[in-house]
Amino acid sequence: MTSSLLFALVGVGLIGLGLYALIIRGHLLRKVLAFNVTSSGIFLVLAGLARGGAAAESDPVPQAMVLTGIVIAVAATAFALALMLALRQATGRTRLDDSDEA
Amino acid sequence: MAWVALLPLAVDGVLALMLLWLAWRALSSPDLFRAVVLFIAFGLVLSLAWVRLEAADIALAEAALGAGVTGALLLGALASLQKPVVTDTEPAPTASEAMPQADESKAPCCSTSALLRVGQAPSSSVRTPAETAPGHHRLDDAKVAQASVAVRGMLALLLLGLLGGLAFTLFSLPEPTPGLAQKVSERLVDSGVEHPVTAVLLNFRGYDTLLELAVLLLALIAVWSLASAPRFTDSDPEPALVELCRLLAPLMILVAAYLVWVGAHAPGGAFQAGSVLGAAGVLLRLSGMRVPPGATGWPLRLALLAGVAVFACIGLAPVMLGEPLLAYPSGWAKPLILAIELTATLSIGVILAALFIGGRP
Amino acid sequence: MIDNLSLALMLVGAGFFLAGTLGLVRFPDVYTRLHALTKADNLGLGLIVLGLMLQAESVATAGKLLFIWLLLLAASASASQLIASWAQDNGLLPWRG
Repeated sequence: MTSSLLFALVGVGLIGLGLYALIIRGHLLRKVLAFNVTSSGIFLVLAGLARGGAAAESDPVPQAMVLTGIVIAVAATAFALALMLALRQATGRTRLDDSDEA
Repeated sequence: MAWVALLPLAVDGVLALMLLWLAWRALSSPDLFRAVVLFIAFGLVLSLAWVRLEAADIALAEAALGAGVTGALLLGALASLQKPVVTDTEPAPTASEAMPQADESKAPCCSTSALLRVGQAPSSSVRTPAETAPGHHRLDDAKVAQASVAVRGMLALLLLGLLGGLAFTLFSLPEPTPGLAQKVSERLVDSGVEHPVTAVLLNFRGYDTLLELAVLLLALIAVWSLASAPRFTDSDPEPALVELCRLLAPLMILVAAYLVWVGAHAPGGAFQAGSVLGAAGVLLRLSGMRVPPGATGWPLRLALLAGVAVFACIGLAPVMLGEPLLAYPSGWAKPLILAIELTATLSIGVILAALFIGGRP
Repeated sequence: MIDNLSLALMLVGAGFFLAGTLGLVRFPDVYTRLHALTKADNLGLGLIVLGLMLQAESVATAGKLLFIWLLLLAASASASQLIASWAQDNGLLPWRG
């Protein structure tokens, strides 16, 4: 079990945790948190595998993709939070209409 | 001693456990403030994991963007959630008559004091949402109706199946994984920079970076279309914060310039530098600095557009000469990449600070 | 010799971090917890940075490490003051007894 495989497995676990929370939780801020955790997990899987064998050089292409992904995740988070605040301004609620989960 | 060879793996194991535990606690905490703080801690431990994976560029970006800017955005949104929902029927003309709202630097704030101040504002209606508990900084979820255990169990089973499939795929990958490292290092000398990740970002996969800058700008336009920037009182922010800002803001600009420059031959680059600039903007905003009204017109728009515009022009110029898109003329790669990175840094910093402010000026 | 010295310094620094974390978890109120955290931040990180400076390969790298510690001193002092000031404004009384 190399460390890159270990971190890739952690990434898989994070994807699972994030997806579960994204579906189950109703509060929109929690959904944003879950989305961020899921994307962190995906990045770990992607770039955890970039570090090849112990002697090989680490692959720069997945690293560049993950860097792009982090920036996109920040942009999406900012937009999602603005949408949440606009929804609250319009309706006073921070949950979507069809959800009554905790 | 054979166990010494296992020490690096043990360190990685501890980091891995911390990541999973922090993520679980952040997602399952009943208090929203605690969840956000745990998420920021998760982001910082994740940047440690990136260092262990020999991805120093990603570590810098995760610490600055993933933990720093995302944390600031989440805390700002949390502070806005604590204020009661006010619909003002007429815009306040001057700053002194503006709706007093709690200072964001004291987030999470006491919403009863906000309620008292808001009650004196003219012609406004106040709706207090069900979720906020006035006078208390904890945000507990009010509705505790839970999904049935069957739904949760089925979802957990489905996800476990998905995760099992992913893990199985990971285990069955050939070791060492074939990659593009060799191809990149073969053409590195032609790319104009010495650091492979920067070469991939700005030369080999420059198209992705161009679109990424455009996505950032789009997110800002979307945020601007939803709300106008919250107005603040003229009350003084905390002196400690002002002094810290006075010390740190010039330093952060210097660090950003250094990161852009060093990105050519070591981990660094435009995105990390831009995020440090954005963090400086957040700090300036929190310590009470307001952009002067004259600068929110075309200078601001120019700064926002500069990154995408310069990159697009440099990329489209070869097309008009018959070359493919983003084909830098030979020998010109280094100065063009530097020009793109400098303008991109400025744009990213201004966009991130504007995203934190959260509304059009 | 240098290696042993820097190892010793880092171990003592880690001990201060442990003490600070213990204080963060066990102390009764905000103000005492802030006291505990300053031990970790200032002294703990200072010793670890000192140990790393002995291992640095150039004076410039050692200077950058020292700079990191100084920046962290400023940031943690300001953050502690802000937290304590907010706690006081919101009526959190110091623990007595």
